[in-house]
Amino acid sequence: MTLTKHELRQGRNSFAIWTAAIAVLLVICLLVFPEMKGEMESIGHLFAAMGSFAAAFGMDRLDFGSLTGFYAIECENVVGLGGAFFAALIGSSILSKEEQNGTAEFLLTHPVSRTRVVTEKLAALLLQIVVLNLIVFLTALFSICAIGEAIPWKELLLMHAACFLAQVELAAVCFGISSFLRRGGFGIGLGTTTVLYFLNLIANMSEKLNFFKYITPFGYCEGADILRNGRLNPTMLAIGLLFAGVGVAAAYLNYCRKDL
Amino acid sequence: MDAIRTVELTKYYRTSHGTARGIEKVSLSVEQGEFCGFIGPNGAGKSTTIRTLLGLIHPTGGSAQVLGLDIETEKEKILARTGYLPSEAMFYPGMRVRDLLKLSADLRKKDCKREADALCERLQLDTARKVEELSFGNRKKVAIVCALQHEPELLILDEPTSGLDPLMQREFFEILQERNKRGTTVFLSSHILSEVQHNCTRAAIIREGRIIACDSVEALSRTSAKRVTLRGWISHGSLDGVKDLQETQDGCSFLYSGDMKALLAVLAAGEVRDLSISEPDLEEIFLNYYEEGQR
Repeated sequence: MTLTKHELRQGRNSFAIWTAAIAVLLVICLLVFPEMKGEMESIGHLFAAMGSFAAAFGMDRLDFGSLTGFYAIECENVVGLGGAFFAALIGSSILSKEEQNGTAEFLLTHPVSRTRVVTEKLAALLLQIVVLNLIVFLTALFSICAIGEAIPWKELLLMHAACFLAQVELAAVCFGISSFLRRGGFGIGLGTTTVLYFLNLIANMSEKLNFFKYITPFGYCEGADILRNGRLNPTMLAIGLLFAGVGVAAAYLNYCRKDL
Repeated sequence: MDAIRTVELTKYYRTSHGTARGIEKVSLSVEQGEFCGFIGPNGAGKSTTIRTLLGLIHPTGGSAQVLGLDIETEKEKILARTGYLPSEAMFYPGMRVRDLLKLSADLRKKDCKREADALCERLQLDTARKVEELSFGNRKKVAIVCALQHEPELLILDEPTSGLDPLMQREFFEILQERNKRGTTVFLSSHILSEVQHNCTRAAIIREGRIIACDSVEALSRTSAKRVTLRGWISHGSLDGVKDLQETQDGCSFLYSGDMKALLAVLAAGEVRDLSISEPDLEEIFLNYYEEGQR
């Protein structure tokens, strides 16, 4: 696990900043909820006037006055999008940065197989995502308690699980892409996440384009659908896991035989 | 057993225009315990050969064994017994030297602290400093310690002295000589001829991806000429072994591979205001080789 530990040490600042940013934004969102709850009538009119913009974010299908409805829109966007950017950024750079920074030569002239390099880097990537999500989930629990609301365990767990799985999928896909890159994975990570996020918004606005939800991991993260169905969409999840599997397999196959 | 043995080792790189030659049919053998030089100008194929031996790139053709192990199938075993010093050492930013040395030792699953401390002391390397604060020369020292601290059986050094001051170069070669006396095989790639001449017993010369000569350093040195540059006038017509004569406004410059006494006599008889006799650069030596080969 030498390489995993090294990777975690190298990425600790970025991890700390992203985790703190997501957790702080989540706390702020939840602290605002009691005030919003009292102004539901005027907010309802506001959403009705927004038309397809509200539909894009699933706001037309949610009760903004309930904690779960509010959480599904405000907080899930913070956790889902923030976590997805973090996962995509580290996923897309964790392999390519060795070549970009010229450290691949140092690393791969030690007696470590490329399979081990990929495995340990993947472990570091997943560990960071797991720990970030645990911290954010605990922050959510404490914040809900702090504003005096009851914890909606099932809904909260489902929404956080969806965000976690979406981050794993994005990280795995970007990890696969990273194995093909020789430099600069950040742009690809940011771009991929942004495109996939907007695909979900477009899918929410048009019935015809609803199939986009099966392509983007943000499809099964949609809070409105999770609350309505009381579960995550298994087809979307299976497709997501398949994408993740392809990403990881591509990373192993390509990195183990590429010239460095 | 040979420490390094390549048979028609070939590497072609894929480029946007097709393929580019890296090395072609490189056959080379370095005996165990030998101090062998590998000479060639930039782009000749030195680094490609080394990177192929270390498994960083995959050969297009031929085969190679290092310490009796196949480079394609037993790469990790080779790397466990080899120390490699790259021409340009790059490390992870934010790490202190001591942490980097520990990381290198941990990746080898060895405790190398004692040897690392001894090497750092000899090379005057401050292990508390961060790697990104180090000068090129000091980064080179870190790479030297990484390559040597696990006491490998084979050392592969790619232009090892670039960035080191003359005192450090001397200390470095003393360490290498000590290791070599203890049985370590040293494979030294360089484009500095004197470095190879002073330290190696045998050397191979590579040009445009092919080995053009491989012999004892003594034999190779005999065939190499000196570059004589002078201001003034001499009667060089009587000298044998003058090549590439270039007349300048106030003097001349030529490659000389003849008898040294004859040269000194001609210089003494002439009117020489300034004189330099230096080793020719490698291109000139290659020219020399090609001319000899054509004859």
